Amino acid sequence: MFKAFLIKYAEIGIKGKNRYIFENALRDQIKYALKEVGNFNVIKEQGRIFVECPESYDYDETVDAIKRVFGVASICPVVQIDDCEWDPLAKAVGDYVEQMYKDKSFTFKVEAKRADKRYPFTSPEICMKMGEYLLDRFPNMKVDVHNPEVKINVEIRTKGYVYSLIIPGPGGMPVGTNGKAMLLLSGGIDSPVAGYMVAKRGVSLEATYFHAPPYTSERAKQKVVDLARIVSRYSGPIKLHVINFTDIQLYIYEKCPHDELTIIMRRYMMKIAEQIANDNGALALVTGESIGQVASQTLQSLNATNSVCTMPVFRPVIGFDKQDIVDVAEKIDTYETSILPFEDCCTIFVAKHPVTKPSLKAIERSERNLEEQIEELVKVALDTKETILVD
Amino acid sequence: MEAYLDNAATTQVFDSVKDIMIKTLREDYGNPSSMHSKGMKAEQYIKESKQIIAKNLKVDEKEIIFTSGGTESNNQALIGTAFANKRAGNHIITTRIEHPSVYNPLIYLEDFGFRITYLNVDNKGKIDIEQLKNEITDETILVSVMYVNNEIGAVQEIEQISNIIKEANKNTLFHVDAIQAFGKYLIYPKRLGIDLLSISGHKIHGPKGSGILFVRDKVKVKPILFGGDQQKGLRSGTENVPAIAGLGQAVFEIYNNHEQKINHLYELKQYFIDRMKEIEEVTINGLDDNIKSTAPHIISVSFAGIRSEVLLHALEEKNVYVSAGSACSSNHPSLSGTLIAIGVKKELLDSTIRFSFSVNTTREEIDYAVSALNEIIPLLRKYRRH
Repeated sequence: MFKAFLIKYAEIGIKGKNRYIFENALRDQIKYALKEVGNFNVIKEQGRIFVECPESYDYDETVDAIKRVFGVASICPVVQIDDCEWDPLAKAVGDYVEQMYKDKSFTFKVEAKRADKRYPFTSPEICMKMGEYLLDRFPNMKVDVHNPEVKINVEIRTKGYVYSLIIPGPGGMPVGTNGKAMLLLSGGIDSPVAGYMVAKRGVSLEATYFHAPPYTSERAKQKVVDLARIVSRYSGPIKLHVINFTDIQLYIYEKCPHDELTIIMRRYMMKIAEQIANDNGALALVTGESIGQVASQTLQSLNATNSVCTMPVFRPVIGFDKQDIVDVAEKIDTYETSILPFEDCCTIFVAKHPVTKPSLKAIERSERNLEEQIEELVKVALDTKETILVD
Repeated sequence: MEAYLDNAATTQVFDSVKDIMIKTLREDYGNPSSMHSKGMKAEQYIKESKQIIAKNLKVDEKEIIFTSGGTESNNQALIGTAFANKRAGNHIITTRIEHPSVYNPLIYLEDFGFRITYLNVDNKGKIDIEQLKNEITDETILVSVMYVNNEIGAVQEIEQISNIIKEANKNTLFHVDAIQAFGKYLIYPKRLGIDLLSISGHKIHGPKGSGILFVRDKVKVKPILFGGDQQKGLRSGTENVPAIAGLGQAVFEIYNNHEQKINHLYELKQYFIDRMKEIEEVTINGLDDNIKSTAPHIISVSFAGIRSEVLLHALEEKNVYVSAGSACSSNHPSLSGTLIAIGVKKELLDSTIRFSFSVNTTREEIDYAVSALNEIIPLLRKYRRH
């Protein structure tokens, strides 16, 4: 029955003179999200975005797609009324109630807005007259202006609109309005969640994955591509950079104390990711680290890893318990993919008792053993990186 | 160069198999149950396949059921006979080195009151004959034994086992999972005293999704699929004509010049074993002095200090394709039941690779694979895990 959706947004409304940038971005993101669903017209009109559905479409798929667009506060399926003369308008609103609610013994309230100030009735007048009309037509309905079970919204613009369903959106800001960040994407549960959370603030994403063949398999890499694809349903297209990390890892293994392996490895991952970020115009790194989750995520370890970067490193799940992260992963649908059992490169040579309180000095001393070849190895890794566009 | 040495996982279809399948997909695509001539045409393919298979197994055509593959054949054989014969008893015997498509139906049957006994095997993977003798009782309705083990290529003495079963209890039925054996051996189930025999098409250059269950005449089996009562009600569902036609053609080809094909496989196997001597710290699992007492196409090798998954991926980079343990279970990194059962040392369980050949495998492919191993193994051993 719905031929259009009214999209409401919250935070964008307060952006002053920049508001149009955010509105345009939101409109474009909605278009992108609906690209695969069908043919829709996404229109910006007087501080509102409308999705019009000129052809037959799948309601659930459409709502699900819009629900993934950051910046959307709520989605209201609306019925459009072409003729806003009072009688046809009232009849159309009545027909809407007729179709929407089988059981009509509920309390309600009419809320009206008129953007068209030439309309012969004021908003309070519309509310009253429409309430009367509905009470006449459906005697089981009762008015309750304070706590109605159903709010029937009537808006008069160039056309009339009626809606009573309000589906919550994800909130946040439209992607693309807050620059770009580089996500360190592993095959685990945390990093896709971290990417999702940063994207929610309007940041577009690129991602870096460290591949270590033959210690990690093609399937492990495919899993990361699949994860990037799921995240891209929210964040828009993701450029995924795949770095072959094997030689660097083996070199560290050969030259450094094995209990420091993970920390040193992670330091090089950050360095490489920062380099790729710089080359691609990303302004921050994003990781899925959470304090104390594993040995490489104690405060000492985070400090040691962080100190190789000058770029800000965002760790949106830093204060999350594992279960909190899992909850988000399940909500955004990455969890099932994340738990597929493929080895990732962080666990290959992991020591039985890795250091949990590394001192930066000791780590830097160990890294001096790498001086001979490491720069060349990093250069080769960067030169041979593979870039996959995921959307 | 490429060396596909994972033929126990699956094989490439023969050209003639592909051709006949395309014909049934595009020209003779009728439903064999349809009454018109297009249906009859399709039915002919099934008849011809059945003739070829019956001839090669020396059984009656009516004793053959087409299935969707080895898993279905095993499920149908075990669940079907258990339910049809439960008044005669509730005891089933199998071995410790079966494929999951035998294990899991049996575990399912436990829920219905069936009792399962697992026979031990020796370090060559041969079952304990004495134990078998002792375990068969009046209650034993079924014994299920794998002809050739998929992980190490161990071969059971099927005729001897069959004789023992029938001596102990003439009513006990004998099911043989011949999925890795068919195409490698001449198997005449009726002469061997086999009541049910499972076969898969894609292990012998036929299509995936094709299989056979031989059910000896008069053996009571209940269906596990219900519907339009095709295949005399034992296997409802429109016959998969392309798969059945392809399977028949594959059987025809594999048993053409059969002896020559098998000699070729044993030559390759011997050659491969000889060349393994070049590499240090190698163990060939379940190896017998008499190579012919093991399957011609499967070799299980443990490389000390190397994780099989890593070696597998390193070989893959050189276009050499193998399996870690058993291919079917290697998506779940669990340790192989067969390798534990034959007493492979704990530290080698996760270091075992299966190489498996087909009639199309060449000596050059083996040379290539061995030189890849010679290159990779010293490198991988340099970086041992703690």
